[in-house]
Parts: sequence; C-alpha cells; structure tokens
Amino acid sequence: MKVESKIMLGLGLFFGIIVAVYWFWGHDNTGSVMIFGGMLLGFLPGGYYWWWSRRMAARPEDDPEATQAQGAGVVGAFPATSIWPFTLAMGSFFVVLALVFGIWFLVPGLALVIWAAFGGVAESRRGGRV
Amino acid sequence: MTEVLDRPLLTPDHSPHEEHGPSGLLKWLTTTDHKIIGLSYTVTSVVMLVIGGALAEMIRFQLTTPNGTLVSLAQYNELFTMHGSVMIYLFAGPFAFGALANIMVPIQIGAPDMAFPRLNALSYWLYLMGSITMLSGFFTAGGAANFGWVAYAPLSNSTYTPGAGADLWIGGLLLTGFSAIFTGVNLVATIFYLRAPGMTMFRMPIFTWNMLVTAILILLAFPVLTAGLIMLYCDRHFGTHIFSVAGGGVPVLWQHIFWFWGHPEVYILALPFFGMVTEILAVFSRKPVFGYKGMVFATLSIGALSLGVWAHHMFTTGVVLLPFFSIMSLLIAVPTGIKIFNWIGTIWRGQIWFSTAMLMAIGFVITFLIGGLTGVYLASPPLDFFTHDTYFVVAHFHSVVMALVLGGMGALYYWGPKITGYLLNEAIGKIQFWFLFLGIQVFTIPMYMLGLDGMPRRMAVYPHDPQWQTLNDISTVGAVMIGLSTAIFVVNIVVSWKKYPAGDNPWDGQTLEWFTTSPPPHHNFYRLPQIRSERPTWDYNHPEHRSIGHTTPEPPRESERTSS
Amino acid sequence: MESPALSPQGVTARQRRWRRIRRVAALPLAALALSGCTVPNFGASPGATQSSRSVFHLWQGFSILAVIIGGLVVALILWSVVRYRRRGDTIPKQSQYHIPLELTYTIVPFLIIFGLFAATMVVENKELANPTTKVTVDVNAFQWGWRFTYPGHNAMVIGQTTQDPEMVIPVNTNVHINLTSSDVVHGFYVHAFNFSRYALPGVLNQFTFRAVQTGTFDGQCTQLCGLYHSLMFFRVKVVTPAQYQTWLATFTTPTAASAAAAAQKALQGQSATYVPTRVTTSRGAN
Repeated sequence: MKVESKIMLGLGLFFGIIVAVYWFWGHDNTGSVMIFGGMLLGFLPGGYYWWWSRRMAARPEDDPEATQAQGAGVVGAFPATSIWPFTLAMGSFFVVLALVFGIWFLVPGLALVIWAAFGGVAESRRGGRV
Repeated sequence: MTEVLDRPLLTPDHSPHEEHGPSGLLKWLTTTDHKIIGLSYTVTSVVMLVIGGALAEMIRFQLTTPNGTLVSLAQYNELFTMHGSVMIYLFAGPFAFGALANIMVPIQIGAPDMAFPRLNALSYWLYLMGSITMLSGFFTAGGAANFGWVAYAPLSNSTYTPGAGADLWIGGLLLTGFSAIFTGVNLVATIFYLRAPGMTMFRMPIFTWNMLVTAILILLAFPVLTAGLIMLYCDRHFGTHIFSVAGGGVPVLWQHIFWFWGHPEVYILALPFFGMVTEILAVFSRKPVFGYKGMVFATLSIGALSLGVWAHHMFTTGVVLLPFFSIMSLLIAVPTGIKIFNWIGTIWRGQIWFSTAMLMAIGFVITFLIGGLTGVYLASPPLDFFTHDTYFVVAHFHSVVMALVLGGMGALYYWGPKITGYLLNEAIGKIQFWFLFLGIQVFTIPMYMLGLDGMPRRMAVYPHDPQWQTLNDISTVGAVMIGLSTAIFVVNIVVSWKKYPAGDNPWDGQTLEWFTTSPPPHHNFYRLPQIRSERPTWDYNHPEHRSIGHTTPEPPRESERTSS
Repeated sequence: MESPALSPQGVTARQRRWRRIRRVAALPLAALALSGCTVPNFGASPGATQSSRSVFHLWQGFSILAVIIGGLVVALILWSVVRYRRRGDTIPKQSQYHIPLELTYTIVPFLIIFGLFAATMVVENKELANPTTKVTVDVNAFQWGWRFTYPGHNAMVIGQTTQDPEMVIPVNTNVHINLTSSDVVHGFYVHAFNFSRYALPGVLNQFTFRAVQTGTFDGQCTQLCGLYHSLMFFRVKVVTPAQYQTWLATFTTPTAASAAAAAQKALQGQSATYVPTRVTTSRGAN
C-alpha cells in the first residue's frame, strides 16, 4: 500500500503547489477551486492508503518475493451474473429521457432505479450467483 | 526458480471455470464477466468509430467544393458536432478504458475480474444508453446538437439552440460521463487491490500503469464535466443564468469548466494508447520496455501536468493567465519526449518483427510525433492567436487522434487473438496499415496548410476563398483512404473468421495475459507463474534471458521492499 | 524583410527583464529570427502588422526546432526499422536502463522548452502591449455580422454575413480595438495580422495593433456562432492617414449618418440586445 499512497499523496502535493502558484499569480476563482478539488482527491485516498499502510502487514502483492501460494484463500466475491446493472441503467436512461421529453418518463425511470437498488442490495446480502 | 503453482480456487463454493447460469441474450444482459463486458464495449465503440467516420466523410465531401451543397449550413453544424462528440465521447474513451483496459488490466495483473463486476456492467449499460441517447438527436424534429462538441455557452443555451437534440446531447453525455467515472473507480480499485502475489506496483505492465493514471484523471476530470452539464441544463430549462450575461452569469465559466475536463480528457484518450504501443513495441522487438521506470514517471508527470493546462484552449479569450498556461503546456512536451525516446530505445538493437500490430505501433509513433510537435506551437500564446480555430488546430488534433486509431488498431491485432482465440490475416492487415497510415498523412497535411492559409474550422462553405479547394480535395482523398482502411479491417474480420487459431502466446508476449489460455477462462487463470519482474511470462519462457536492468542485479528487486 | 523592432511605448521593466532572458536563453532563436530573410517561411506569412511580423519570426524559430527534433526522431526510427529488422531467432541483449542517456533526453528538452518559453514571452509581451493610441475602433460582433464604430466620430460601419463590412484604419498608426459581442462567442480573426481574439459576451477585450502596409485584408469569425458562422465575413482596409481622415469626414453628412442609424436599427431587431450588466476587462493577459 505504500507505493499506492505515495502516488496519490504525490499528486495531491503537486496540485497543492500548482493551486498556490495559480491563485497568487492569476487570482482566478474558477480554476483555483477546481485544482483545489484535485488536490483533495489526491490527499483523501492517499491519506487513507497511507494510514492503512502503516497498520497492516505487507500484502502478497506488495512483497517482491511472494509466491503464488501466499495468494491462497478467498480473493473476493465475484457475482457471475446479475440483472440489476442493466435494470439500473435502463432506469437512468428513462430519467434522462424525462429531462428531454417530459416529466412522465420519471415514473418508469425512478421505479426501475428504486427496484434495481433494492434488488442489487438484496442480491449482495444473499450472495448472488457466484 | 520459476515454479508454477495452481491458482487456488477463487470462491469457496465454485470452481472458477464452471459453466452455469443463463445463456443467449439473457447471458449478455446479465453478465458481469469483465471479458464479455469488454467485448461488448469493443463492438459498440467500433460501431461508434464507423458512425463517426461516416459523419467525417460527409464533412469532407461537403468541403470538396467552395459552395458545397451536399448538406445545408444547419446540417453541417450537426455533422461536425456529432462527429466530434461521437469520436471523443463514444469512441476513443470507451474504446480505451471500456474495451481494452477492461479486458486487459485484470489479466495483466493476475486478477480474477474487475474489483466491482456489477458496477462494471452498469458502466457498459450506461455507456450504451448514453450513446443511443446522444445519437437519437438525429431523429428529432430539430435535428441533433449543433453547437460544436465543446458546446460553448451562450450558443448552447435555450435562446440560441432550442430543441430536443441539444438536450439529448446533454443527457447522453451525463450517462456516458457516469459510465466513465464508474470505470475509473473500478480500474483504480482493481489495480490497487487485486494484483497477484509478487506483482508489486513497479512490476505492473506499462499499459496497466497508463490505465491507472488514466483512471485517476477520469476521477479528477469527469465530475467537473458532469457538474457543468447539469448547470447547462439548468440554464436551458430552469431559468438559471450561470452562463448567460443577461442574468449576471459568466459565459467564460463554461469554457473553464469544459476545458478543465477537456484537457485531462485528451490524456485520458492518449495515455491508454501510449501504453498499448509501449507493449507492442517491446514484444515485437523481443526486448523489455526501455527505461521502464522513466516511462512510469513520465506517465505520472503527464497526468499531473494535464490538470494545470486547460486554459491553453482559451488563450484567445483574453481573460486567462497566459504565461502560466503556456509554460505548463510546454512542460508536457518533456515527459512526452521521454516516452518517444524510450520507444526508440525499446526497438533499438532489437529483433524487430514487422507484424501488423508492430507496423501500426511504429505508424503511431511517427503520426503522434507530428501531432506532438505541432502541439508545441499551440502552447505558445502568440502562435496560438495566429492559428486558433483554424484548420491548423484541426490538423494538429487529428494527427494526435488518428495516431490513437493506429495504436488502437495495433492493439486489436495484438490482443484480439487473446480474446477471441484466433489471429487476423496478416497480409490484409498490412494493406490496411498502409491505407490507414498514408491516408492519415494525406488527410492531415493539407489541413495544416489550409490552417496556415487562414481557413477557419467549422466552415460549411468558403465562397470567398476558392483557392482552398485543391487542398481540401486532397484532404478528402486522405479521408477516403482512411475509410477504406476501416472497410479492409471489416473484410479482414470476415475473411479470417475462426480460421487461424492463435494458441496461448502467438507473439512471444512478455506480460501475464500471455500466460493464460486464449480466450482466458472464466476467472482468467488456471495457474500463475512466480512474478519476479515486470515480464513474468517472458521470464518463464526464457529463463536464460531474464530482464537485467542497468542498475539492478539479477533478480531485479524493487526499492520499495516492504518493511512493516 | 525587416527585423522585428520593439515598439518604444509600453516597454516595462518586466519586458526589459525578458529581453535580457532572451539574450541568454534564446540567443540562437533570436539570431534566427533576425536573419529572417534566408529562413523558409514554413507555410506562414509575415503579415501586415508590426506584431504579425514578430509572430512570424517566432513561428520560424519554432519550426526550425520542430524540423530538427522531428527529423532526428524520424531518422532514429527509420534507422532502427531498417537496421534492426528481424534477422533470425536469436534473442537480443535485454538492455533496459541507460541512466545517463535517459537523463540527457530529460534535461535537453527542459532547456529547449525554457528557451521556447522565453522567446514566446518576448513576442507575447510585445504583441499584447497597450501603447498609447490615437485611433480607437469599437468592434461589436453579433449573429452574424460586425459593427465598427469610431468613438468621437460619427463613423459607423455595420453589415452582416456576405455584406462584408469594412473596418477602415490608417497605416503606421497604433489602433486600439475594443471588442465586444452582443450574443454568443465570436472570433475576430484577420489572417494577414496573424492574430485572433474572441468576442465574448459580457467581456470587453482590448488589444492594439499597428498595420505597416496598406491594402484590404479579409477577416472572418472563427468561433462557431450558429447557422451562418461560415458566412460571417468582414474586411480590414488599411489606408493612408489622409485617406482615413477623408473617409471619416464622409460620415458628417446627415444622410450617411441616418443611413447608418437605420441599418443599425434594422439589425438590432434581429439580434439579441446587448445587456452589459457585467463587463470585465481582460486581466492577466497583459
């Protein structure tokens, strides 16, 4: 996790320098706010990884001498099939159409989105088809 | 030294390659396998390439005479708007991070799938629905969006561009934008958390590194675009005046927001193709990537710098800080130059095998070099004032993006066999390469000359300047050659359909994807080699020729050895 | 071809500093720029204003470097492609790092970049200087035409699409332009001046140029502004100062003035009215 955190923190630091230079040179609100946001996006995950990297043992993927056997065990749950992404996307599609063609599209749109949200969560709790 | 162990079962209750579940259409709708999603992305984005290309041919044919009558002025505005939108939003990005990264990144790092398979599926469906939404503008009464792919306010507000086409453009872009953000999240999480044992960060293939930086850029840039689009929609329909002077808004704000996304987007498009080409050049020269670490740091610097250069698209607005954006933009030339010299270092003293993929990669380097060098001019404000919004700029970014098409085609020839299990015909591929490569130069070089002669972009007719006709005609010939190359590609797919079985490792590949079967099994690997360098498959196949770095003794070790 | 001369007005301390930097960092570039006669034009033209000529010399400098670097890279690629094509199944030496070489092609581009930047700043500061001017033209862009008014005079030229309104200015005189837009973003572009600038709604964009030769030059809107964008032409007619005064005088006759006013009225009906609620002048550009 150390390299990962260094990358993100490094980006955050770079954007921090840039936003300082840009703000004091150009006094432009728009750009400064946006680069400041970029800086946060570097520091937040970077800080999280750094915090964790100090509190956990090196993972096999961080160990240059690791053998494949060290990766044994459950990597994660990977659902093989799920209809909910498609349902959610169709719902979002109708919501977007509501922006264009009329508010009534929101009815099927939001219905599908809510249905997909419940369905997806329930699937995760059940374990789904893995 | 290179022992191979069976990959342990990935999930407690099922073997990774067990076939079960729905089939047919339902299988396609419900799949969460990154390879099938990636294939769907590939097919959809290549269809988008063909649609965008057809629009481009219509633009070029309109310009063959000074008073072209193929389309009306209004239709012409729709044509180039949708050509740009389809190519940028619906082809280049999704092809890179949706299609190839989605398939290759998990395999290259030895992961069983993307970190969030269902989110991955959602990305694809949002992308497909977004594409349909945007393109359906052509079937509305007022036609598709016609304010250019950059949608400068206030031209894009409801006063100057009423109609459903523009709203569909915004809606389609919202959907594809979310799709990109989700893919970005997925890629970062996959690369950070699902690497195989021994696959340290500095052993990841260059393509994976480039995709990591691309994904971070997506996360930095796309939310800004999405926010901007929502503001634009509010201006159009809810009576806000964010971008209109009349209510106290600031039209230039749109340009800031748009280009704050738009310039990182250029690198979101380019970096994946840099990665693909790096891998192709190394494999077909039978050498490791020259200056691997320099390449990684160059990629990271391009990513970091790309966030601070957006206003070089706005030099002629007169309201931006010229020296800052000029030097930041010029600085990007340094890491880009490092990459180009590293590519030369990679093929230097190699054993170059001129397969189609390799030809495409070399064509990429030369074409990108032209685009890159003309880009240096545009980073200089006085030269930008002079060429801004002329065909010089059009030619510059077409050199760049057509180079990406070369790289992408190379990647299809290179990685296609891994995904399908079958090779494409090499002879037809080489014909395709020459049509594409020469077509690109015939297409762009006249445009550079037109731009220097003062032809502005987005002109449907040029009645005052009939002397531009010859160069425009030559450019159209180039566009036709490029179109033919795409047709040749389709012919190649038909001709070589399931004809030339590829085997697991047809190119003597170096990275992990060439270790598994073609096509890979459900969770990608039955077994994995020990990973001791960034070329595990090469080390396994050629133990006597393992990478020997200039500075690191054998076996290569990373400085970041874990201490805790 | 003459060498670029710094305009005497508006030379600030900052510019002097840049000139000093130029002498150190971009000496070869400047030398090339000064010997402009023998250098090919790389597709561009010197143009008709004072700053268009320095832009042209900058163009030549950039182009020479681009040709050298591009030629070097292409030569290296072609050499590798010819020399190192596959000649058997032997595996080449697996060399991966060469730190001195890598450092060279990192540091040299840095130096080149700073040279280019210094040269850029010299030309840019000259081009964007706002020296004192005697002639001011208010240029207003609208869908799809141009309005040129001359503050302090009755003169006004207005025309849309193919009517090609003509902006008349005197030669060898600093002309100050106040550029505004009534509706959407337009681009004020005169090819012979090697210069363009956006006409932004709500922003007053100012710049100065000094034409050094008489003649009529084509101008055009370069930023997509809607349906008739392709036809939004204008012309810049550079005349001698005496001819300019004569031209201004024609607008004192009441018929000409009322005709212009009528034309303006007719056009204003078609384009959205310009509401300058928030006018910002350009900052940071100069």
